[in-house]
Amino acid sequence: MSVQARPSAGEAPETAGTPLIKLEGVKKYFPVTRGIIFQQHVGDVHAVDGLDLELYPGETLGLVGESGCGKSTTARLIMKLMDVTEGRVYFDGNDITDLSPRDMRPYRRELQMVFQDPYASLNPRKTIGSIIAEPMRIHGTVPKNKQKGDVQELMRLVGLNPEHYNRYPHEFSGGQRQRIGVARALALRPRVIVADEPVSALDVSVQAQVLNLLEDLQAEFNLTYLFIAHDLSVVRHMSDRVVVMYLGKAVEIAAGDTLYEYPKHPYSNALLSAVPIPDPRKQRNRIILQGDVPSPIDPPSGCRFHPRCPNAQFPKCSEEEPLLEPHRPGQFAACHFPLEDRAVITAEAAEAAGAEVESAVKRSRTTRTSGKSGARSRKPRS
Amino acid sequence: MTVEITSPEPDGDTLLSVRDLKVHFDTSDGVVKAVDGVSFDLAKGETLGVVGESGSGKSVSFMTIMGLITRKQAHIEGEVVFRGQNVLDMPADEMRSIRGSGMAMIFQDPISSLHPLYKVGWQIVEAIQAHEEVEKKVAWERAVEALERVGIPNAPQRARQYPHEFSGGMLQRAMIAMALVLNPDLLIADEPTTALDVTVQAQILSLIDRLQQEFRMAVVLVTHDLGVIAEHADNVNVMYAGKLVERGNRDQTYYDSHHPYTWGLLQSISRLDEKQERLRPIKGGPPSLINVPKGCSFHPRCPYRFDPCDKVVPELVEEEFGHSSACHLSIEEKKRIFASEVVVSS
Repeated sequence: MSVQARPSAGEAPETAGTPLIKLEGVKKYFPVTRGIIFQQHVGDVHAVDGLDLELYPGETLGLVGESGCGKSTTARLIMKLMDVTEGRVYFDGNDITDLSPRDMRPYRRELQMVFQDPYASLNPRKTIGSIIAEPMRIHGTVPKNKQKGDVQELMRLVGLNPEHYNRYPHEFSGGQRQRIGVARALALRPRVIVADEPVSALDVSVQAQVLNLLEDLQAEFNLTYLFIAHDLSVVRHMSDRVVVMYLGKAVEIAAGDTLYEYPKHPYSNALLSAVPIPDPRKQRNRIILQGDVPSPIDPPSGCRFHPRCPNAQFPKCSEEEPLLEPHRPGQFAACHFPLEDRAVITAEAAEAAGAEVESAVKRSRTTRTSGKSGARSRKPRS
Repeated sequence: MTVEITSPEPDGDTLLSVRDLKVHFDTSDGVVKAVDGVSFDLAKGETLGVVGESGSGKSVSFMTIMGLITRKQAHIEGEVVFRGQNVLDMPADEMRSIRGSGMAMIFQDPISSLHPLYKVGWQIVEAIQAHEEVEKKVAWERAVEALERVGIPNAPQRARQYPHEFSGGMLQRAMIAMALVLNPDLLIADEPTTALDVTVQAQILSLIDRLQQEFRMAVVLVTHDLGVIAEHADNVNVMYAGKLVERGNRDQTYYDSHHPYTWGLLQSISRLDEKQERLRPIKGGPPSLINVPKGCSFHPRCPYRFDPCDKVVPELVEEEFGHSSACHLSIEEKKRIFASEVVVSS
């Protein structure tokens, strides 16, 4: 993918150097079978269906999408917790797609994961000390007599009291458990951390603590994050670049600010507009998508979003699959009829225009109360 | 607590009035004070948003109001007056007649709220027949109609399907259909969209909005999402550790909040509409309800605590019309801190 510079637009995200992680046309199908003894193969769940992705050193790449879009499968494929059906996975330029678990080991030191559920991802019968020390033990990175000191140092680093070394997971709250998960991921001093919904199980006031911790650690250890979440607000806060996935495919890739201000794909736009904003005076027009995400067993033809797309034009959208096309610097969207800039009056766009805040809000109010079906005000900013 | 709470009432008269409600559970570890003295009023047609973290008592208080937690399971004190009757002292069969046609509740997880082995339509029929003497056939027609009303396509066929054949959003619609089939005056929605995707959440919330206007019912929206409250609620109750710490209308809560806990919540959320440099979390975690901190239960996490906070429990006091908070800081002090340190809107 080449990045085409456009004169007028904002800054391009830093995507220099070799990507630390690169996915090339990655597919993961899960077979669907029927029958108990003679299992007949009747179809496949297309969990990830041709994904290209690059993760550059030092960046945070956000991965968003609704449930079933393949976010978590992508994380597991990168971690090689699952094998890909098709395509290649590279780590720092080396093809790791077909490595055996033994050959994979050196890469695991560089690549760690933080899981979603801090209650399920810690062994309840082990002490915190031994949970955090386990990666060191397996990889033999730290001599046994030094492990305790290192573990306590890690505990201090993630904001846990090192004296709690001998306690068990049930003695900790959700936020503290997630800190334990982060400490374990850091134990091998990895370069990349894949965080799969790291805060979605936590209370709002505690979420912020863990997000701040992840940011601090990134600055301190120059970490690269693949940050997966369904909460677009959290992803915006954390990410330099964001990939929006829909039914196993990337539909839009862009720098965080570009995506939030100038979404090109109607799905990204609908997803953004659906997020409630905690400010009563900043309410916007909402695009309410009809129906649910279609089944990944038999995804729609052409553009996978066409049955729910408010802008779909037939027959093109239902027949021809759109490819990722460059728009602004670093922005790619897979849509035959991408949205024009300012097609949506977002809160930020209105805010950037200063005095327009009021009028934008008013405009959205009037369209709302009049109950017109036109969910999007197409007015360009004048 | 003997605080008079006069809330701004959109429709005039009060539908639900809760006074000093306490729900305590006896456990082997001690008494869990899940709800500890909550008072508020709810007017007809009002939308009340209830925010709080897990364990703040928001679900327990409304389950008690619904009669789903009874004196058999917990030690309950106080008064819950619904349409002029105290429902806490009501015999079970009378309470049953209020549930359904008076108030109805929908829950976070629709798949576990429906019976997996019965068709969705029959479960709604069952709800109708439990409250009204109607023939099955008539009830079935009403069930299908209810499913249509909540936007389920092909309702006659869908009514013959089982819950596992529905998606999460469709199931939540079916739950709403079941709750509304008897035209209740009050719908209690306990985290109705937490288990759903954001695009489906938008569908469900706009559906609740539309039905509320159609049926002129009051809605209680229990959630931890301040965004949802900002868009849908008239009044907001903020709960912390079993107590109501702030109560006001929506604008008062977002632009002139009087409680440090609400400030902390507003500051700690990541926002889609602004680029934030750094989040400002509330330090520490929610307290144990068995061993609630002395004085103000928020004081260990509060950056503004001073002398009386760890000794005296602050009362919920109405400081402005319809706006009450339970905090020892003076109103001037609160306004100053809020204006200078808590930035909500630019």
